[in-house]
Amino acid sequence: MSIDEQVLNYPIPAAAPLDPPAEWAELRGECPVAHVRLPSGDQATLLTRYDDVKQVLADPRLTRQLSAPDAARLSADGGGVFNSEVSQIIPDSGADHLRWRRLVGRWFTAKRMAALRPQMARIADELIDAMVERGAPGDLRAGLGFPLPVYVICDMLGVPAEDRDRFSYWSDTLLNLTRYSREEIEVAQTEFFAYMSGHVSAKRDQPGDDLLSELIAAGGPDEGGLSDLQILVTGMALLVAGHETTANMIGKMVSMLLADRGRWEALLADPALVRTAVEETLRLDANSGFGLPRYLPVETEVGGTVLPKGTTVICSMAAANRDESAFEAAAEMDLTRSPNPHLSFGSGAHSCLGQSLARTELQVVLEVLLRRLPGLELAVPVAELERVEGLAVGGLRTVPVRW
Amino acid sequence: MKVTVDEDKCCGAGQCVLLAPEVFDQREEDGIVLLLDAEPGPDQHALVREAAAVCPAAAIEVTEDA
Repeated sequence: MSIDEQVLNYPIPAAAPLDPPAEWAELRGECPVAHVRLPSGDQATLLTRYDDVKQVLADPRLTRQLSAPDAARLSADGGGVFNSEVSQIIPDSGADHLRWRRLVGRWFTAKRMAALRPQMARIADELIDAMVERGAPGDLRAGLGFPLPVYVICDMLGVPAEDRDRFSYWSDTLLNLTRYSREEIEVAQTEFFAYMSGHVSAKRDQPGDDLLSELIAAGGPDEGGLSDLQILVTGMALLVAGHETTANMIGKMVSMLLADRGRWEALLADPALVRTAVEETLRLDANSGFGLPRYLPVETEVGGTVLPKGTTVICSMAAANRDESAFEAAAEMDLTRSPNPHLSFGSGAHSCLGQSLARTELQVVLEVLLRRLPGLELAVPVAELERVEGLAVGGLRTVPVRW
Repeated sequence: MKVTVDEDKCCGAGQCVLLAPEVFDQREEDGIVLLLDAEPGPDQHALVREAAAVCPAAAIEVTEDA
C-alpha cells in the first residue's frame, strides 16, 4: 500500500533522536495533503509542504481553537493547552486579537530583547558556574536549558527569584500531557491560577517595571486595555508558551551542533556565525512537537486539494522546513544559511509573539557556552539521546555533556 | 533600492530590526514596524533583502532600481 492510500498515525515516530521520520519526505513528494489519525482516534489532515503550511498558518479565517463540535480532538483527554477553557480567554481573531497582540507585543520588541542580553548572559554564566562546580559529566538540559528561560520570564513578569522553581514546575506540568496524572495537572493549574491572581493584585497595588504592571496601567477593556482575567491569563500563557519551548530548544540546539564536532569548531573559529547557526538549528529541529492545528470554518483549497468546511488541519512546520522546493540542500545543516525563512515560529498574524525573546535567549546561551566551555562535547553517542515523552512540545530528556 | 512596509500586515516579530536596525525600528507603543530609511544605501541592501525574505507577515516590500 502506498503512502497516499493509508491513514498514518500521528505524530509519526522517528528512528533516531535528532533525525526526521522518513515519512516526511515521502509525504511532501507524494501526499502533501494526507489523512492522519490523532492520539484521540479522530482523523485530521496533515500538511508537510512549505507553501501549504505557510498558506494555512497565514490565513486569518482559520482558527487555532478546536472548540467546534466537529473539530478533531488531539488526545483522548481533550488536548490540554490547545483545548482548555483558559486558552479561550485571550481573543484569537479579528480586532480584539490585534489589540491584545499589540498591547503585549510592545514588551517583545527586538530592542527590548537586546536590552535584556546582559541579564540573560549573567543568568547563563551563573547556571554554567553551578554546572561546572558539580563536575562533568553534567546534564545541560537540567542545568542550563530548563532554568534559563523561566528565570527570564519571571523577571519580565516581576516574579521574585524565590518563586522561580514553582513556576518551572507549573509550566512543565501544564504542557506535558503524559508525565503527570490528570489530578497533578489540575492541582498545578489551580495553584498557578491562585498565585497569578495574587500577583496581579499585588502589582495593581504596587506597580513595578514589568509587563503585568504595564498591562494594568493600560486600563480596562473600555480604555483600550485588558480585563483582569485577561491580564492574568496572559501572564500564564507567556510562561507556558515561553518556557518549555525555549528550554527544549536549548538542549536540541546544543545537541545538533555537537553531533558533528566540526560545527562546534566552526562556531569557535567564527562566533559571528551564532545568529545564522541558531536559525539553522530552528529550521532543522526534527523534534519540535505536534505542529500547529487549525480548524477550517470554511471550505479551503490547499495544495490543489479542496478541504471541506469542518476539517481539522495539522501543519507540520518541521516537515515544511525540510522542503527542497523552499530550501537549497534542505537536509543539510548550513551554519551560514541566509536568508532562512523557516516556519518554526509559524507565519502571519499569529506567528510567535515571543520569537525575538526566543532568538535572543538562544543566541546568548550559545555565545556564553562557546566562551565558557569551548571543549564542550556530548557525553553519550548521539543515538543514545532520548526524546521527551509528551505531546505538545518536543525535546530531549537529558543532554549529557562534558567539557 | 526602495523599501515600503505595511503596518496593517506587520505582526511585530522584530526580525527586521534584529537584522537591519539602521533601516527598521519598532514603535514603542505596540511593536509595529517603523521604516527609518526608505532608500537605504548599498551597504544595507543584503540585510534589507534578508529582512524582507524572512518577515513572517510578508510586510516588507523591496523594489530594486531598474
